[in-house]
Amino acid sequence: MTTALTAGLGLKPQHYDAALACPAAGLWFEVHPENYMVAGGPRLAWLEAIRARHAISLHGVALSLAADAEPDPAHLKRLAGLARRIEPALISEHLAWSTWRGVYHPDLLPFPRTDEALARVADNVSRTQDALQRRIAIENPSHYLHIEGHARDEIDFLSELARRTGCGLLLDVNNVYVSARNLGYSAEGYLDAFPGEPVMEIHLAGHTPDPNLGAALLVDSHDAPVAPEVWALYARLIARIGARPTLIERDDNLPDFATLFAERERAEAVLRTPLACAA
Amino acid sequence: MINASMPTNLAPGALARFQDDFAHALLAPAGSLATTIPPTMAALAAQPAFAVYRNTVMKGCIDALQANYPAVARLVGEEWFRAAAAIHVREALPADPTLLRYGAAFADFLARFEPAAELPYLPGVARLDRYWTEAHAAPDADVLDPAAVAGVAPEALPGTVLHPHPAARWMWFPDAPIYTIWSRNRNDEALDDNLDWRPEGALLTRPRDTVEWIALDAAGCAFLDACAAGRTLAAAADAVLEVQGNADLTRLMSRLLAAGTFSGMNFHPQFKEVHP
Repeated sequence: MTTALTAGLGLKPQHYDAALACPAAGLWFEVHPENYMVAGGPRLAWLEAIRARHAISLHGVALSLAADAEPDPAHLKRLAGLARRIEPALISEHLAWSTWRGVYHPDLLPFPRTDEALARVADNVSRTQDALQRRIAIENPSHYLHIEGHARDEIDFLSELARRTGCGLLLDVNNVYVSARNLGYSAEGYLDAFPGEPVMEIHLAGHTPDPNLGAALLVDSHDAPVAPEVWALYARLIARIGARPTLIERDDNLPDFATLFAERERAEAVLRTPLACAA
Repeated sequence: MINASMPTNLAPGALARFQDDFAHALLAPAGSLATTIPPTMAALAAQPAFAVYRNTVMKGCIDALQANYPAVARLVGEEWFRAAAAIHVREALPADPTLLRYGAAFADFLARFEPAAELPYLPGVARLDRYWTEAHAAPDADVLDPAAVAGVAPEALPGTVLHPHPAARWMWFPDAPIYTIWSRNRNDEALDDNLDWRPEGALLTRPRDTVEWIALDAAGCAFLDACAAGRTLAAAADAVLEVQGNADLTRLMSRLLAAGTFSGMNFHPQFKEVHP
């Protein structure tokens, strides 16, 4: 099912009509399942209408897999219910935490990558895959802080997570670029070392310099076009690992559908002819 | 809004401690951190980039409240709204990651929020914004066809129970023209300079895809309260007449049916025993 997916777009309510009508082959749409965990009404009706024409990916932000607690069973049940209803092509989550002791913090929060954390995340991913009866992909988040106490680097942590649980990975190239710039390492080096085989999906998005700290701190803001440096990293990655379903993420400062679709076409061109694009 | 049924299987390890301290640092006043969390977390929170997390969490919550309470935001202006919302967020963080549902306690907060004291209509407007959200996300259900009610034999009508649609919400506001203030702001329309300061009620529902609303008087609200309690039309009529002796029941019912207020009906099984 996933082999037919090429480049996709984040689905925004403002673009429902255009998304529904768009005939592009291989086009797919990604949504945050949390926005569709409602009993009924127009949101679900739109998602089902678009699902009838295009593949859908459910990209969760709230399972809080890196919290030192099991995923909230009620939330997991709602996710499983939505997945049964929508039959998504992909389901993904983040290597991060958000819900903690009953409070939802709307962000993807960091943690020290210790062996204790790896055991907990692996257990949480396994519980999620058991509940959903399928493989999910786990995304590398953006990093801003120098955290003490990491026992493993992120690639090692994600690789071991995939080995223990059988989960796939979602590689966000913009997050790699932002994190590498913020924490002072090589984005090329990170991407060249990332295991290609478990990558089920790729994300591309725009970022912005922090309003107070400027270029010293890049923020994964999803409110701008994909940056030229990120396009270059993406082409280099695809040339190495081959085509993967690729999403253009845009959440804020939303342009019209045609503008986003042009970015999607650019990603699609890279997927078709990676070597020419990576030159 | 701490969830009482939070997991009890938390490991007492370093990860849980990290998350306790990090969550505290996200929301505590920046100046207080050195004394309220361990030095390692205080040092982490002192990195300039920690503000990205603080800002993102706060912005996410405030954005959700602003999206869920558009009529309130339009009335008080964005700056006032976001300042008030920031205070509410610290009191009642989201428990549910579906942020469409966030802010259930916002109207109550506004009712006791000192700076809002001179805007006594604000909590009522917030309640109707909340009803809009509830109607928008309510379960889908068929609308009771007015012809089906018209077809009920006259002798069976008093024992008939009408079921409010799962999206239907109504409220009577005895102190202020909340319906007019809310609906004008919801539609981005100006209020009249000489707004008639009278009690008003509102009915919101979602007969098809879109949330719709009409003004509803005290009698209509009493009627729907009775229907929602599973009472018969005879009992609902009594409730209406108690509120308004000269109420036109036929007109009220046809107005409610036309608005798609009901999803079904049944004949009350014990009706004959109650009203022999």
